[in-house]
This record gives sequence, C-alpha cells and structure tokens, in this order.
Amino acid sequence: MKEVRTAQRIFLVFAVRNLRRHWVRSGLAALGIIIGVLAIASLGILGNNLIILFSGLVADVSDTVVVTPHLAAASGDPFDPRSALATGITERDADRIAHAVGANPSIPLIQTAEALKKGRESGYIPVIVLHASDMPLLLSVAEGSFPPGSGRGVLIGARLAHELDIRAGSRISLAGEDVRVVGVLEERGLAIDINPDYAVVVTHDWYTDLHGAEDYDRVVIKVADLEEIPAVKAAVKDQMNRRKEVVDVQDSREILEMYYQTYDAISIFLLGIGGVALLVSSVSILNVMIISVTQRTQEIGVMRSIGALRREILLMFLYEALILGIAGSLIGGVLSVVAGYAITASVAETIFAGYGTAPTSLDAAGMREILTGIGFGIGTSLLAGVYPAWKAAHLDPIEALRYE
Amino acid sequence: MNEEGPIIRFTGVTKVYPLPAGDVVALDHVSLDVMPGEFLAIMGPSGSGKSTLLNLMGCLDTPTSGTLFIKGKDVGTLSDDELTRLRRDHIGFIFQQFNLIPLLNVIENVEFPRILKEREGGCTERCLEVLAAVGLEEELFSHTPAELSGGQQQRVAIARALINDPEILLADEPTGNLDTKTGTGIMELLDEMNRRGRTVIMVTHDQNVAAYARRRITIVDGRIA
Repeated sequence: MKEVRTAQRIFLVFAVRNLRRHWVRSGLAALGIIIGVLAIASLGILGNNLIILFSGLVADVSDTVVVTPHLAAASGDPFDPRSALATGITERDADRIAHAVGANPSIPLIQTAEALKKGRESGYIPVIVLHASDMPLLLSVAEGSFPPGSGRGVLIGARLAHELDIRAGSRISLAGEDVRVVGVLEERGLAIDINPDYAVVVTHDWYTDLHGAEDYDRVVIKVADLEEIPAVKAAVKDQMNRRKEVVDVQDSREILEMYYQTYDAISIFLLGIGGVALLVSSVSILNVMIISVTQRTQEIGVMRSIGALRREILLMFLYEALILGIAGSLIGGVLSVVAGYAITASVAETIFAGYGTAPTSLDAAGMREILTGIGFGIGTSLLAGVYPAWKAAHLDPIEALRYE
Repeated sequence: MNEEGPIIRFTGVTKVYPLPAGDVVALDHVSLDVMPGEFLAIMGPSGSGKSTLLNLMGCLDTPTSGTLFIKGKDVGTLSDDELTRLRRDHIGFIFQQFNLIPLLNVIENVEFPRILKEREGGCTERCLEVLAAVGLEEELFSHTPAELSGGQQQRVAIARALINDPEILLADEPTGNLDTKTGTGIMELLDEMNRRGRTVIMVTHDQNVAAYARRRITIVDGRIA
C-alpha cells in the first residue's frame, strides 16, 4: 500500500490522482501548453538559426567596405530595392574613392540584368559588370580562366552553370550577343558585396561597347588589415562627402548588425505568435481548473471541515496547474528541438535556396529558446491556476459541503 | 473557563442568513451549555436550525450576534486559520453522506486529518488502532470509498473523526443513509466513544437514534423548545 507521508505530499498526491482520474481533460489541457511551448521555442530557434545562417554567410567578407550612392530615402542596405533608384557613382568619383583608400583595392561595379539564352532555355539573369583586372580580386574560377580585358568572354556563377549545364567553353546568348563562357566561378555563397552564384560576370569593356558608358552602382573596397576599416571608411567619407552626402559607406559588420536588428524584430514577432498560442492554452488550463474546482466543491468542503487550511487547498490546486504546466512544457520543449530544426532546415532551403547549412545541433541560443518556452509554459499554467485555486480556497465550507 | 466548565457554551447566539428575499433567522438567541463527556441529541423539524447549531459547534460558522465559546475560546474572535485548527485538533465530524475523499483509500482517508495536524503520517499505529476501534476488516484498508458499503464508509468516517483524538464528536444524521441494523452498529460505536469520555453531539430526527443520547434538546424555529 502506498503511504502518504507528509502534508505537502498528500496535496501533491491529490493533484496527481485528480489529473489521472480526468486524464482526457488533463491531456487536452496539457496539449494546449505543449502547442504553446512548441510555438515559442521552435519559432525562437528558427529566428536564432536564421541569424546564425546569415552571419555565417557574411562572415567571409568581413574585409569588405561597400560604397553606394547616397539616397536619403534608402536605408543604406545594398539589398534595399530603393537603392537602385539612386544615381550612380561616376567614373570620376570612383577614381576619387580609389585615391582615398590608397593601397587597398577599390573595385567599381555595375549590377544589372540581361536576357540570357542557352539552347531552348531563356530568361533574364543578374549580370555583374567588372573591370577584367578587378575580377581576380573578388572572384575565383573553378573551371576555365578569367576573361582577357577586351574579350567577349564571360564568367558564369556556379549555381547558374549547374542549372543550365554550362561549362567553360560553352556558348550562350547574352543581351542578344553571342558570347563564350571562359570560366565557371567557384560557389561563393550569399554576401554583401556581390552575389555571382546565379549571375553572369562580364567585363566592363564588353558592357560599355554594348550600352555605352554608365555610372557604377557601387564600389567594393577590400581592406587588407581589418583594423584599418574605420580609417578607410573615414577616408572615403572625407573625400566624397565633404560638402554634401554623395555616397554611403558601410562595412560588413554594420550590415550584419542591420540584419541582426531585422532578425531580432522577426524573433520578437515569432515570440509574439507563440505568446498568443500560450495565452490560448492558459485559458484552457483555466477552464479545466474551474471545472475541477466546481466538481470537487463538496470534497473541498469536507477537507476544510476536517481541518485543511485555506492555503493548503490553494496549494493543492496550484499543484494541479503546475503539474499540467511542467508536463506540457517539457513535452513541448522536447518536440520543439525537433520542430525548430526542421523548420529552420526548410526555411534555409526555400529562402536561402540552399546557401549555407542550417544548424542541426542544439546550441546555447537554441537551448535558451527552449528554456524560455518551458519557462513561459510553466509560468502561464501556474498563473492560469491562481484564480481557480484562490476560488477553491475561499469557498464557504458549509456551502461547499451542501454542494451537490 | 476551566476544564470543569462547559466544553461548548452558547450565550444569546443569533445566526442570521441574509438572502435576497429577506433575512432568515436560523438561530434566535440560543443559550446552551454542553458539558465535557455529554451525549447530546439535537432534534427538530427540517429548517428548524439544527444544522446551523451543529455548524456553529463545529466552527464552520460564527454567530451573527451573541457569544460562542468552544474549549474556552470565543469563536467570534478567531481567524479562519484558528477556526480551522480548532476543528482539526479538537473536533471530529461525522456526516450523513459519510463524505470520504474519493481520491484516497481507507488508510489515507483516516490518516488525512492527522497528516494535516502532525504534518506527516502513513499507516501508523494510531491509524490501525482507530480502524480496529470501529471494527473495519483489514482487507478493506487499501480500498477506495467507492468500493465500500455505506456502513463500512461510515465506520471509516468515524475512524477519521477519531484519528486526532478530539474531545468533541459532531454527528449530522450519522445513520440517515444506513439501514436499521447497520445504523444500530454505528450508534453503538458512538455510544462507546461517549463512554470513553468524548463529548458526542448528534443531530437526528430519528427517535430511536436519539434514545442513545443522555440528553435531548429540540429546536423549533431557531429556538430551543
């Protein structure tokens, strides 16, 4: 026979047995908490992993300073579509920038799009226009070679080459011109300077022959010594923006920070969704607890009449809410490890199109999200139990005894 | 008030229940002394105020006016916790509906008030002693209330009332839900508890049951007739 030894224990036993007696009801209430915790924790993990994915992607260009034309309305983010509305950087400005940064290579470029045709496949693809001499500074060729300065040869991004089955030596039609692919680039990943994986890289000479002279869209500066970055930025600003804002100058760290801010906002939003889920589940716990108190009114009357204090009745019902909360939250926590990484993997696949790999192990940040979820789960359950427990504790013993 | 004085003393006690339809006077200036070791039967028609009197004696309620002393304490001045402790330590309740706790087995039901008082318990000697005193077979000890007959449940309820060795036993129609033979057994048990020195106060409308008591009072319209 199971023995009940202490006063605390007997109220815990009451709670456990009552939950077990109404296991369907208890299970449904716990399910609400499971879903809430799952939402909070897995969405948190998703947010975190997006940041990790992104920071992993931009980490390899930490030596980069990007100069873009100043646009008051634009955020300064090179990916902001409004940036395209800005006027370009003139040849003269590009020279002034090159002068300002001294020995550090400055690489002016144009980003545009052209019609590409290869066999039966055709469509518009991103085109990056670089001086032939600058290409080796930004890119690596996996197959073939860099084009000569004045040639018609182009380079093709690794993923585009893979998708269209293009090799070094293939011929394609670009902007109606027949061109030869002289090299296939190494896969580079998502970055803040240029993203050539799905693009064609052409020489500045070829492009101006075709379209005439155009302003540059940006100047990428490669800084040899990372500690020089602030000095390089200051030099460019000093040179260009002395009288009015002509250019915006950003380094990868700043851009990364901007993304962190964006993803923080996303994380908070996701947390909000989880919070709503948890709120709904806490209402279900509240409901279950009120039903429990109502059903056990007479029992409460008996307990009070034979000497149970108000706070002991309170404790008994808080235990019930706590057990539901702990059980639901722990199950939810375990499930969110799985769900969080599954969601991240699928997002990595769809949004980042396979760039980088989703984190698959539970890191400290992921653990923190899960603990947050569990904490919220237990907290809201307990909170949902307070009113029913208080109500139970303050029942009039005589009324409660009479309750049928 | 010392030990020689009344264990329960009502002095001009009035209990009024305020209801939307108007106040109901359940007890009207009742004065009553119950001496230690008495066996008192409270009789009267339904709604006469018997249960209110018993609830006041059991510290489940406090008087609207007048004074009520239990074991020398003025219950009107006690907090909810103090009233609860007075019930727990000095008063045993026996209900018409037995009112065992369905989630607990026999041993746990009996031990429950003791756990509340001593903060610990289990299948103690005291527990076995009171269960033996009420004549419950040992094989029933691990049963839950739903698995027991009415008579067995009432025996467990009496064992529960006795576990903290209270001076006062309050019984509300203790045989009301039992057949005559089982009821007789329960009354003999209460009689024996009284012979061992406990004050037993019982509400009943059954003359045969009331006959066990040494003293009988009748309540009519909230007054002792």
